[in-house]
Amino acid sequence: MSGAQKIPVTVMAVVPLNELVTRFEFKRTDGGLLPTFSGGAHTVVEMRDGDTPRMNPYSLMSDPMDQRSYAISVRRDDAGRGGSLFMHKNVHVGDEMVISNPVNLFSLDLRAKKQLFIAGGIGITPFLAQIKQMERLGGRWELHYTCRSKALGSYVDELTTQHPNEAHVYYDDQEQRIDLTALLDGQPIGTHVYVCGPKGMIDWVRKTAAAEGWPRESIHYEEFLAPQSGKPFEVKLAVSNKVIQVGEQESLLEAIERSGVDAPYLCRGGACGQCETRVIDYTGNFIHRDHWLDDAEHVSGEKIMPCVSRFEGKTLVLDR
Amino acid sequence: MSKFAFPPSMTSRPVYGRLEPRAGSAHLMIADAEGAEAILDVATPDMMAKAHIIYIPKGTDFGDRLRALSPAQYYEGPSYAAAEQRIAKAFDDAKMGLQVYLSGTEGVIGQAQHAAMQAGVPHTAIQTEHRGSTARRMQCVHCKGITEDVETDPFQCSHCGLHLFVRDHYSRRLAAFQGVNIDAEDPGNVPEAKGIYE
Repeated sequence: MSGAQKIPVTVMAVVPLNELVTRFEFKRTDGGLLPTFSGGAHTVVEMRDGDTPRMNPYSLMSDPMDQRSYAISVRRDDAGRGGSLFMHKNVHVGDEMVISNPVNLFSLDLRAKKQLFIAGGIGITPFLAQIKQMERLGGRWELHYTCRSKALGSYVDELTTQHPNEAHVYYDDQEQRIDLTALLDGQPIGTHVYVCGPKGMIDWVRKTAAAEGWPRESIHYEEFLAPQSGKPFEVKLAVSNKVIQVGEQESLLEAIERSGVDAPYLCRGGACGQCETRVIDYTGNFIHRDHWLDDAEHVSGEKIMPCVSRFEGKTLVLDR
Repeated sequence: MSKFAFPPSMTSRPVYGRLEPRAGSAHLMIADAEGAEAILDVATPDMMAKAHIIYIPKGTDFGDRLRALSPAQYYEGPSYAAAEQRIAKAFDDAKMGLQVYLSGTEGVIGQAQHAAMQAGVPHTAIQTEHRGSTARRMQCVHCKGITEDVETDPFQCSHCGLHLFVRDHYSRRLAAFQGVNIDAEDPGNVPEAKGIYE
């Protein structure tokens, strides 16, 4: 089977934090210990939503060295495809679920002399685990966290109580903004910056840091893309010799899996590169949405990332 | 002729580019001998206003031309070892946004790159340009001693006296190429020394 190794777990706790965000805690169903992980790792949570299988990646926010349980925090997305709504409405204490072994696409560069974390909204979750890791290692870090309002500021109290000197919180509704240029200016050499949040924030941090002369290798970001719905299309899988239909609400990867073909994947969010698939033939247009392939590869018509990208046109033949 | 086209080699062997101006809050330039030419080629008044040049002439006379660029700070010294404390201090005090430019011989580029990496600058973000002599800084893999400015292959280790074959195998951690005993199996059978790229 593709993807990281699976772990059968039982839901230990469901803790609503505010109007939008709920925390879920899992332990191994067989009573054993979970693997340790590194801050920034995510797990892919499998959901059985009626006939629809859903597999969504969520950042692990618990202590990476705590093997008794894992915790994730899920922000309800009323306009999404339904994974987060399913978690909020249908997952209860005692339920058995399947999650994947942790996979880290947003790990700390431990050569850094200082870690500078910038979070927007639910983007705080990977940093919660990274902060615990840095505290254990005795490393230098600083967090700048923007939330819409005090009421929606998940984990603000915990962060500001435990780390009054490191954690800095900004509330949108009080017109508080990160002065990014001033924040980046004067950081000691060897600082790495990490950003997780809305796309606009990620672009802003990447652009500003690059303009200030920060090396590309010192700028880290994580943005999970959720697959977007689109027009249905037909795909021929050449290796499996199957013709499949991709529905409006499902991703190409999900349609391939539904047809019984075992396709590689890890993040399911356009970031890790595992599901990269060679295009054998096509007539039509690709709707590339990943940030794995570069611009030249996107125009080449030779590759597609089926976890988030779609196709509009007559024929698409994949090497799968 | 200060530019040399190194023949293709194993992936361990460093490759060098051409210095280019980059946006940054400060510019640290470390060079020896003909490496000065690379600085002269890339320097702009804007860059020099925020530049610290550390230069080891090694018998060349580029010093006056570098000084005439009016960098914010200029230092000239007899050897890399003599400049080491200053280089360490420059990196200690450095802030993000610093751009690092290294030029000249492989020994100075490698050692300055090591200092930059220790300070936390990703090695891929350090600009390097080779100029001048193709002499190498070699580590004897047997006694671990370093011999600077090795021009011939084979050469004799300046510490233990073994005759060493000059490899392209490079260590960023040591800032040195590896030298391996050439007559280990047939002691005394040492080929005549030639220039490394002869």
